[in-house]
Amino acid sequence: MTTAAATTIKARQRPGDRIFSSATVISGSLILAVLAAVAIFLLVESLPAFVAGPDDFNGDITNFWSYVGPLVFGTIYSAVLALLMAVPVAIGIALFISHFAPRKLAQSLGYLVDLLAAVPSVVFGLWGIGVLAPLVQPFYTTIVDWFGWFPPLAGPASGTGRTIFTVSIVLAVMILPIITAICREIFLQTPLLHEEAALALGATRWEMIRMAVLPFGLPGIISASMLGLGRALGETMAVAMVLSPSPEVIFQLLTAQNSNTIAANIALNFPEAHGVGVNILLATGLVLFVVTLLVNMLARVIINSRKAFSGAN
Amino acid sequence: MSSVTEASPLTNSLTAGKLPRRSALWVLLASWAVSAAVFAMLYLSGAVDGFNIVGTVVFGTVLYCVAIYVLSRLVEGSRKAKDRLMTALVTAAFVIALLPLISIIYTTVVNGLPAFLTPTFFTSSQRNVVGAGGGVLHAVIGTLFVTGMATLISVPIGLLASIYLVEYGRGRLAKAITFFVDVMTGIPSIVAGLFAFALFALLFDDPGIRFGFGGAIALSVLMIPVVVRSSEEMLKLVPNELREAAFALGVPKWLTILKVVLPTSMAGIVTGVMLSIARVIGETAPLLIIAGFTASMNYDLFSERMMTLPVFVYTQYANQGADSQAFIDRAWAGALTLILIVMLLNGLARLIAYWFSPKLGR
Repeated sequence: MTTAAATTIKARQRPGDRIFSSATVISGSLILAVLAAVAIFLLVESLPAFVAGPDDFNGDITNFWSYVGPLVFGTIYSAVLALLMAVPVAIGIALFISHFAPRKLAQSLGYLVDLLAAVPSVVFGLWGIGVLAPLVQPFYTTIVDWFGWFPPLAGPASGTGRTIFTVSIVLAVMILPIITAICREIFLQTPLLHEEAALALGATRWEMIRMAVLPFGLPGIISASMLGLGRALGETMAVAMVLSPSPEVIFQLLTAQNSNTIAANIALNFPEAHGVGVNILLATGLVLFVVTLLVNMLARVIINSRKAFSGAN
Repeated sequence: MSSVTEASPLTNSLTAGKLPRRSALWVLLASWAVSAAVFAMLYLSGAVDGFNIVGTVVFGTVLYCVAIYVLSRLVEGSRKAKDRLMTALVTAAFVIALLPLISIIYTTVVNGLPAFLTPTFFTSSQRNVVGAGGGVLHAVIGTLFVTGMATLISVPIGLLASIYLVEYGRGRLAKAITFFVDVMTGIPSIVAGLFAFALFALLFDDPGIRFGFGGAIALSVLMIPVVVRSSEEMLKLVPNELREAAFALGVPKWLTILKVVLPTSMAGIVTGVMLSIARVIGETAPLLIIAGFTASMNYDLFSERMMTLPVFVYTQYANQGADSQAFIDRAWAGALTLILIVMLLNGLARLIAYWFSPKLGR
C-alpha cells in the first residue's frame, strides 16, 4: 500500500546510514565552528588590550592602536615587497613547467619547486641569518653609497644585513611554491584550441603565451598572488629570526632599524609576556587574523568566480 | 651574421633566416666561458680573492640573454628574438628558484653534520647541559607526541568532512564548508597557536598555560583543511560506476562508502595525510606559544611544557649560552633532523601514490 500511494520510492532508513551521514555532517560543521571559535576566543581574550592604558606598554606608547600601527605597517610593507619579488619569478617558473619544459620532465620539476614549500620556516630563518644576510650585506653598502639619495634606500646601511629587505627576500622564496602551484594549474587549463589557433597563425611561442595563456590566466595570477600575500603576512619564524626590529614606522629598506611584523613581534615577546601584555599580543594576533582572513576570502572569491567558465570543465 | 643568409643561395628558403640547431646551447656555453675567463683574469690579477663561481654563472647567463637576443635579431628578426629572450628569462626564473633550495640543503647538511653525528644527539635531552653535548631526544619525543595527537584529531574529522562534501553535501552548508576550508588553509600558523592558548587559558583559567595537547589542537587547526582538500580530491576521482554498481546490488550507502569508495581511494588519501603531516611537523610558532620549551623529557601531553624539534632549533639559536658555537651547531643539527623527517615523509607519500594508485588502462 505504501508503494502504491507514494510518488517516489524511498529507500529504507537504516541506523548505519543515519549514524554515518550525521557523523559526516557534524565533522563538516565542526570546521565552520572551529573557524568561528578562533575569532570568538581571540576576541574575548583580547578585550582587555583595547582598554589598556599607557602603563601597560613599554616606552611612550599610550594606547593599543599606536602600538599595533607600526606593526601593521611592517607586516604589510614586508609582505608587499616579497610579493613584488616573488610574482614575476613565480609566473616564469609556472610558464617554464607548463609550456617550456619537456613534457616528461615537467612533473618532476614541479615536485622540485614543491620541495621548497616543505622546508620548515625555522630552517628558512637559520638560512636567512647564516647565509643570506652576510651574502647581501656588501651589496647593501654599495647600494646605499650609490642610490642613498632615494629615500627608501637611504643609509646608513645595516652592518649585519638583517634588514626588512633581506626578510622580504626570504619571504619571497617561501611564497614562491604556492604562487607557482596555482599559476601552473591555471596555465595548464588554457583552452588548447586557443593555443593551437595562435600557433597556426604563425605566432612564436612567446606571442602565443601573451595572446592566449596570460589573458586567460590573469584572474588566476591575481588570486595566486593574494594567497601568497596571505602567507607572507602571517609568516612568523623567518621574520622573527632575521629581522632586527624597532617599534616605529620606518620606510628605509637597508638600515639596522626596521619596523617589526605582527607575527614576529608575538613570537619574540610571547614567552616572556604576562598580565595585560599577553592580552595585547593576542589582540595584535586578532588584527593579523582579520587581515589575512579578508585577503584570503577575496582571493578565493576571485578563484571561484573563474572556475565556472575555465577550460577544465 | 646576415652574410650567412645572403652568401648561401642554395639554402632552403623555409629554413633561411634561422639560427642553426643547438645554437642556443653553444651561445650559452660560450657566454659562460667568456664570463669564466673574465673572472679568472680578475682572480689572477689579484683584484679579487678567490674564483667567484656564482658570479661567473650569473654574469654568464646575463651575457647569454643579451647575446642570443642580438644574434637572433640579426638573423631571425625581432619577433623570434623576443621569443628566444623570453625563453631564456623563463628558464632563468626556474633556476633562480632552485638556488635557495640547493643552498638551504647544502648549508644545513654542512653545518648540521658535526653535532648530528655526536653519539648523544639522539639518546639524551638537554637537561643540565650548559656547553657542548646533549641531544634532541626530548624534542623528538615531543614532536612525535604532538604531531601524532594532531594527526589522530585531524584525520577522522577531515576525512568525514570530505566524505560529506563529496557523497552527501548539497546546497548551502556544503558550499560554505568548501569555501571556508579554502580560507582556513590561509590562517597564519601563529594565529592557530594564539587560538589554542586563548581557548585553554579561558577553560582552565590559567593565564600562563603551556602543555603539549594545546599544541596538538593548534596543529589540528592547520592540518584539518589540508586533509579535507586532499581527501576530497581523491574521493572525487572514484568513478561513479563503482557506486552505482554497489547501489544496484542493494548495498546501503554507508557501506558503499566504507567498503567501495574508501578502499579505492585509500592510496591517495594516505598520501594526502602524509603530506599534511609533513606540512605541520615543521611548524614552530604555534608550538612556541602553547607548548612552550624545556630542556627535559616530558612524556605527558596533558601537563607541563613540551619541547618539539622546530622550537628546539629556534631556542638553541635564540637563547645562546656562553659557548655559543655549541648552540648554533645544535640548531643546525636540529634543522637537519627536521628536514630529513620532512623529506622522508614527502618521499614516502609520493612513493605510496606511485605504487598504489589505480593503474591507468592501456
